[in-house]
Amino acid sequence: MTSGLVYATGGVALLAIGIWALVLRAHLMRKILALNIMASGVFLLLVGSGAMGGAGVDPVPQAMVITGIVVSISSTALGLALILRIAKITGHAALPEDRIRAAAETEPD
Amino acid sequence: MADLIAETPWVVLVIALPLAGALAAFALRRFAVPIGFAAGMATAAATLGLVARVALHGPAGHRVGGWEAPLGIGLAADGLSALMLAMTATIGLGVSVYARPYFAPSPDKACAFWPLLLLLWTSLNGLFQAQDIFNLYVTLELLGISAVALVALAGTGPALIGAMRYLLVSLSGSLAYLTGVALFYHAYGTLDLGLLAERNAGGLPVAVPLAAMIAGMLLKTGLFPFHVWLPPAHGSARAPVSALLSALVVKASFYVLLRLWFTFQPEAGGIAVLLGTLGSVAVFWGSLQALRQRRLKLLVAYSTAAQLGYLFLAFPLAGGDPVLCWGGSIYLALSHALAKSAMFLAAGSIMMEEGHDDIDDLDRVVERMPLTLGAFALAGISLAGLPPSGGFVGKWMLLQSAMEQGMWHWALVLIAGGVLTAAYVFRVLGFAFTESDHEHEEHAVPRTMQWTALALALGAVSLGFVAPWALPLLEGVLP
Repeated sequence: MTSGLVYATGGVALLAIGIWALVLRAHLMRKILALNIMASGVFLLLVGSGAMGGAGVDPVPQAMVITGIVVSISSTALGLALILRIAKITGHAALPEDRIRAAAETEPD
Repeated sequence: MADLIAETPWVVLVIALPLAGALAAFALRRFAVPIGFAAGMATAAATLGLVARVALHGPAGHRVGGWEAPLGIGLAADGLSALMLAMTATIGLGVSVYARPYFAPSPDKACAFWPLLLLLWTSLNGLFQAQDIFNLYVTLELLGISAVALVALAGTGPALIGAMRYLLVSLSGSLAYLTGVALFYHAYGTLDLGLLAERNAGGLPVAVPLAAMIAGMLLKTGLFPFHVWLPPAHGSARAPVSALLSALVVKASFYVLLRLWFTFQPEAGGIAVLLGTLGSVAVFWGSLQALRQRRLKLLVAYSTAAQLGYLFLAFPLAGGDPVLCWGGSIYLALSHALAKSAMFLAAGSIMMEEGHDDIDDLDRVVERMPLTLGAFALAGISLAGLPPSGGFVGKWMLLQSAMEQGMWHWALVLIAGGVLTAAYVFRVLGFAFTESDHEHEEHAVPRTMQWTALALALGAVSLGFVAPWALPLLEGVLP
């Protein structure tokens, strides 16, 4: 197993975990974290695409990952600020449709 | 004069001007309104220069920092970019003029609005000129972040929840797109659209990343069944913001979809029919939902979900004359931008005057605001596709394309959708003329706001006359 393949499988696994949590978890904090995990998965895929090019490491994917991290930080900050406001105004840190579903399943989240 | 148009680096100016304006308006909060307004005017003027440049001298390009592809970042404007940039500038100009009196009662909102508007404008102008798939990703993310912040500007519970849902959808869509970028880079070792088109060998290495990117863009465009986030976000935002979102932001992801389709020209008949079918369902579902809405802004928002469906009818028709199907779809996108921004701005004026936007209680609003209702009706004419509006030209071209290829079922969608559109527009107009026993306090609405909506609606109607000059710009861009 080459290092590139390790990165790629790891990336796909992280993506899958992230999507699972994004869809099933009601708490908004968990959704934002899930998106962060998905982003890390995609970054690993990018790193893997550079490593598999042959001898040495391709710098372009690294540059893309750094840009991606900057974007991810900004959107996470925006998401967290939104969560705080939503919790302040509605009293819940969850979207209405997820709250109804969570209540139906009577599962504390 | 000719030299001035040919030599000025318009490609850079249309990105640098709104960006500088956004930063200045953010740093000098006290002067946010005049700075923002001036930067908006300057950006619109620079866009006019760029469009003139492209129309007279052909596509314009710029290599950032003098670096060539594949390492450098390329910016370029061809005919399609020019049309999209012109659309952005027109709506941006209209919203700028409207927003000054609209936000006058709440100065703190105005301080936040102008930097975000200009940032949105910057990212749109960057996106329409991006030459590589990673740059498209960055501009898409910038666009998403500024759009979400603009929705949250309203500050109410529904708006914040709408913004949050929008953020989650937007980020998921971008990550799907970025996955495609990683796979493309692995397969072809380049990000440049031109080089990718040259090296395109078809098969799975193209199909898998392209599918991930298309899925991401459908999510962001809000095509049925991914439309659920769209009406609450567009309906709960402040009026100028709703106009920007419905007119421009959803078009940006559609533009990315078109660029990818033109670059890779996939031999995917099944996917094309699927996109056309989803578009048709969107037309019917969105229009029926619009008919059921009680609130005017939600009606207009569901109408966006429906109108976006038409744009996707071009994919299954692509076997015929490309100018008819793609040109028709692009023309529909342009006229929808003008008509929908006019509708949202008119709805904002009505909401300001009446203090509510319940359709049943419009209570002969036409007597108090004839200009605004006129704008709404004219925009409705373009949406329904009545001649001589821009909507008519776009639909006529798509109809012609469907008939030439004997695919009458797509033609049926176009005609039935037009009837449904007319139905929900006339529902609003009907209540605007009838009396109700609703108690309401009246607030004066500045004339500027009313005239702006009317000007945009007139633009949508008269866009039909511009077609002979606008459509030749697409030569050489379409596959």
